[in-house]
Amino acid sequence: MPELTYREAVRDALVQAMREDEDVFVVGEDIAEMGGSMGVTAGMVDEFGPERVRNAPISEMAIAGAAIGAALQGMRPVAEIMYEDFLTLATEQIVNQAAKHRYMSGGQVSVPVVFRTQGGAGWSPGAQHAQQLEAWFVHIPGLKVVFASTPEDVRGLLWSSIYDDNPVVFFEHRTLYPIKGEVPEEIEPIPLGRARVHREGADVTVIATGRLVHESLKAAEEAEGDGISVEVVDPRTLQPLDEETLVASVKKTNRAVVAHEAVTRMGFGAEVAAVLQYQAFDWLDAPIERVGARFAPLAFAPVMEAFVVPHAEDVLAAIKRTVGKE
Amino acid sequence: MTVAKVEHRSSLAKGELGDVLREMLLIRRFEEKVEERFRAGDLPGFLHVAIGQEACAVGVCRALEDGDVIASTHRAHGHTLAKGTHPNELMAELYGKQEGCSHGYGGSMHLYDVERGNMGANAVVGGGLPQITGAALAFQLRGEPRVAVAFFGDGATNIGTFHEALNLAQLWQVPAVFVLEDNKWAESTPEWQHSPIRDLSDRAKAFGMKTLKTDGQDVEAVYKTARKALDHARGGNGPVFVHLETVRFSGHYIGDPQVYRDRGEARELSETRDPIELLREKIGVSGEDFAELDAEVTEIVEASVGFAKGATDPAPEDALKNVYA
Repeated sequence: MPELTYREAVRDALVQAMREDEDVFVVGEDIAEMGGSMGVTAGMVDEFGPERVRNAPISEMAIAGAAIGAALQGMRPVAEIMYEDFLTLATEQIVNQAAKHRYMSGGQVSVPVVFRTQGGAGWSPGAQHAQQLEAWFVHIPGLKVVFASTPEDVRGLLWSSIYDDNPVVFFEHRTLYPIKGEVPEEIEPIPLGRARVHREGADVTVIATGRLVHESLKAAEEAEGDGISVEVVDPRTLQPLDEETLVASVKKTNRAVVAHEAVTRMGFGAEVAAVLQYQAFDWLDAPIERVGARFAPLAFAPVMEAFVVPHAEDVLAAIKRTVGKE
Repeated sequence: MTVAKVEHRSSLAKGELGDVLREMLLIRRFEEKVEERFRAGDLPGFLHVAIGQEACAVGVCRALEDGDVIASTHRAHGHTLAKGTHPNELMAELYGKQEGCSHGYGGSMHLYDVERGNMGANAVVGGGLPQITGAALAFQLRGEPRVAVAFFGDGATNIGTFHEALNLAQLWQVPAVFVLEDNKWAESTPEWQHSPIRDLSDRAKAFGMKTLKTDGQDVEAVYKTARKALDHARGGNGPVFVHLETVRFSGHYIGDPQVYRDRGEARELSETRDPIELLREKIGVSGEDFAELDAEVTEIVEASVGFAKGATDPAPEDALKNVYA
């Protein structure tokens, strides 16, 4: 199997979709010659030209809105929102428009648009360039939300998102772009709404997203040294959510930790915890542990930034609490 | 032959003016009926009528070709009827019925009729503008000779979507027409309180966009201007800003006591600037003929109420449909 970085995997999905389908195009800030602020679309303008790898002015509302308008006319646009912090600027169009058109029209239209964005801590960009805002969008009926953590997943999920007839907010984590992983020779679409069990275990289930999938896998390795068998599950799609896989895992292990980089309070993990306590209440042997960022914006100074967001040791501590081995 | 065709297309033919009068009168009587039924407690939700602005809707929509699309505003009944939606379907929507043009999911502020090119009325001021830029981009990318048209009011020229959408449209030279229905009021706020400039065309000119301005109460002038704008956009020459100076006779919403507005001014405007009266005088429709026309459209409107009242209520659980495709 070939190996791609997470960055190359995103690009590969875009390139292959654009080769196959004239209706797919990408639009965003600095995505053409510069290749995007994270280099994801590097080189694409040479193959597809500036019409389909379309540089836009700094106008998130118009980028999102134009993508929605083109989608309503049957195109399959992929709009890049440079940092997920800037989703705040496009939120009116995503939440009031993209998510609602099908509904308000009584099913007359569909809005096959993808809003790709990235964020995440770990490189000291400060409070306005690294937030994790995925939970906001899970709260909006009409949107689908994806957060992929590996090269294989990001490629297969982006492909499915492009060909989904609904608006998808697609989260990438900045620190994952350089990681490498094997991918199938041909793109294998990954259905939205299917979790991935990264590692099987018997004692505790860790349900993690984004960077925390990797931190959780590290924590699971360490826990194994202490005789704790940890299962790590990545929902991959936050909406729709594969409740069945998550609940089945917890019914097997009887303990759960939810882990993400976003602020713990009202984070996506709160919803997962609610689903688990309701559907697996009688199977739970310990309170569900939550791992996430502390309740503060992201500070600039590296030591403060690192203090705010969770790491493998935080996941490990939570795992140990659930089995009473603190 | 070609010259004659262009001549015909660039302005309304004499024979068409009777139809135009009828259409404007139908919209007027429809909206008056909507006011009446709302006050009677029949209609839920928020309702905004565009009484006084009928020439804008009819003049622009008549100039459109099949395949052109519009995005409308919260004041959308006129645009919707002028784009070809049957009064029955519109009234049924206002009653929240399955037979409505949005099947009861939208209401007055979210009127859709996609088959007829109505991509939706928008309850967020300026919300539809970037999407019209995007629709026009789709037409441009596919090489289709279609134009996307956004309606909006003077209040919308203050919101970010207006500026971002116009900037992008002009930058990309997409076939879009931005129709400003300048009625001088943003809800209860007069234009002099919401805009530091007196000529809102200047805002489009700032982007280098072609702008055309005309009297929005003169339906022939509106048609001519819209046709010119559409031809320009369709010909691949970039977007056009159409500035229609119009008058809102009514309040912002039905039931608005209009404490902010001089009653005499509104009355005087309705006496001197009524687009229906202006056209009627221009083409010389007798009192008798007008009464006949009035009776005819009133009957259509009455029938729409009957249709809507007899239409089907959605099941409560239908609220869970159409969330996803």
